[in-house]
Amino acid sequence: VSDTLILTKRWGEKGGHTLAAYRAAGGYSALHKALSMAPSAIVEEVKASNLRGRGGAGFATGLKWTFLPKDIRPRYLTVNADESEPGTFKDRYIIEFEPHMLLEGIAITCLANDIHLAYVYIRGEFAKQARALEAAIAEAYAAGLLGPRLAGKEGFALDVHVHRGAGAYICGEESALLESLEGKKGYPRLKPPFPAVVGLWGKPTIINNVETLANVPWIVEHGGAAFAALGTGKSGGTRLFCVSGHVNRPGVYEKPVHYNLKKLIMEDCGGMVGGRKPKAVIPGGSSAPVLTGDEIDVSLEFDALKAAGTMAGSGGVIVFDESACMVRALWRIARFYAEESCGQCTPCREGTPWMEGVLEKLEAGHGVPGDVDRLMQMANSIGGQTICALGDAAAMPVQSFVKKFKAEFERHVTERRCPFGDAAWGKTQESRDAVIGGVRA
Amino acid sequence: MPNVDLRSPGAWRELPPDAVQRFDAELGPILKRYPEDRKASAMIPALRMGEHIFGWLSPPVLALAADRLGVSPTRAEEVATFYVMFRNQPTGRHLVELCTNVSCCLSGADRIFEALKRKLGVENGGTTADGRLTLREVECLGACGTAPAMLVDDEMEERLTLAKVEKIVGDLK
Repeated sequence: VSDTLILTKRWGEKGGHTLAAYRAAGGYSALHKALSMAPSAIVEEVKASNLRGRGGAGFATGLKWTFLPKDIRPRYLTVNADESEPGTFKDRYIIEFEPHMLLEGIAITCLANDIHLAYVYIRGEFAKQARALEAAIAEAYAAGLLGPRLAGKEGFALDVHVHRGAGAYICGEESALLESLEGKKGYPRLKPPFPAVVGLWGKPTIINNVETLANVPWIVEHGGAAFAALGTGKSGGTRLFCVSGHVNRPGVYEKPVHYNLKKLIMEDCGGMVGGRKPKAVIPGGSSAPVLTGDEIDVSLEFDALKAAGTMAGSGGVIVFDESACMVRALWRIARFYAEESCGQCTPCREGTPWMEGVLEKLEAGHGVPGDVDRLMQMANSIGGQTICALGDAAAMPVQSFVKKFKAEFERHVTERRCPFGDAAWGKTQESRDAVIGGVRA
Repeated sequence: MPNVDLRSPGAWRELPPDAVQRFDAELGPILKRYPEDRKASAMIPALRMGEHIFGWLSPPVLALAADRLGVSPTRAEEVATFYVMFRNQPTGRHLVELCTNVSCCLSGADRIFEALKRKLGVENGGTTADGRLTLREVECLGACGTAPAMLVDDEMEERLTLAKVEKIVGDLK
């Protein structure tokens, strides 16, 4: 397992976010290299790197770029910085510590795909990060990196703007993001057509996550093969894993994409709070099916987690120890999806509050025999029945929690109370030391 | 929300003219970020600005944003009510928004929220009797590693403890 760091190497460095510091560390040399390459050669390098989307779906980035129709202009790039999947908190630090790495990735991506206008859609709650990115963009314009001539290239203009959202999980879904960027409510679009063909303002649009694009400069500089070699199989590179919950050192850890989940929790994060046992781990943000404490000796790679019945998602690892109530946890997760359902599709709009209600009832000790089965039925009739993946995202936690902790759900019914009582969140410890890319947060 | 006024696209004319002027001046540079014929894309930034200048998104403010972006006031209302960060009614002088999603609760957020409600004498979404602040429970803020987290007037506070929250909230004037 390689210990190469691509994204977090300079995190925490004082003043490291400035253009001068980024340049001193060799920044923007990949863009200059890219300027001397044929656009198709850049795309080929990214394809060879096995870079897969870091936002959640894990789709091959280079392949996504090739879906743009050849003859339609303009094309747009939209950077997804909506980071809202519970348990995920990595893109914000890239923007805080390495905004120019992201901008360089954006510039190379636009160069490779003949794009001249890019928007970074950042979630509304990240006011500080939006300001940080706007400051970095202003620096890049002033230095002639952006604007009418991209890094001095005659005839290649590139404008990059920040577009701040206003609080809606659904806008992390790519087509809802586009609707939002067009000044509308965030209702996902029916696909196909995919955004690569009909995207922003009806034009071909690439949508990539912040972390995905921040990897592009390294790939251009060191070659796609070197990036692929850091990972395994069809997944290249390192990945930012966000660990939260009952661990001693929560935070963001940059590890090879196929790092072991158990090792991440028990070694890198300093093990569990109070030395207790892990009871459940959500490996890829709250939408990902839960793993029991016995199932965590797995690779975090996309296909490996898929084989384990869950998903790598956004890299948000949420850890529960044995003192936590799974019904309480699932109830809270269900409430999130009920709150965030956009209301467009009936199964999701109606089903998510139903699931929340049943779980509230169970947790309060008012459940009756059959409730747990009804909960499963509801989840099964939401998943796969909606325009976007939020329906599945709401169903998967319910299906997996009930399947893996069924006895605990039944106990809430037979004992007519929560066996954990007031301590249902487990033995929580307020304000632990957090580690962000190797430094104290 | 009663939207009788909304049906009148000219409702913005009843707003104080100097504030409208300020709105227009600040909207100018934002509009440059979008193609000439795609002004409506600036709806979220325009509403956010309206909120800052006028305090909350009253029907005349929605009408103002709609007028400047060339869409109907209904479209502004649709956006204002879809996104949770917008204030569709007057709030206290400060807005305190605590995350109670899973990772924050695993670090004690629910206890902090209960204690805070008792101390301030408000329910979720309520405003203190002196109009000093509005307390609201929100969804994941993307600060799970440094949980619990909250927003105080749009700025994030992390690694909270009850004592720290009480200090921050107590210092709000």
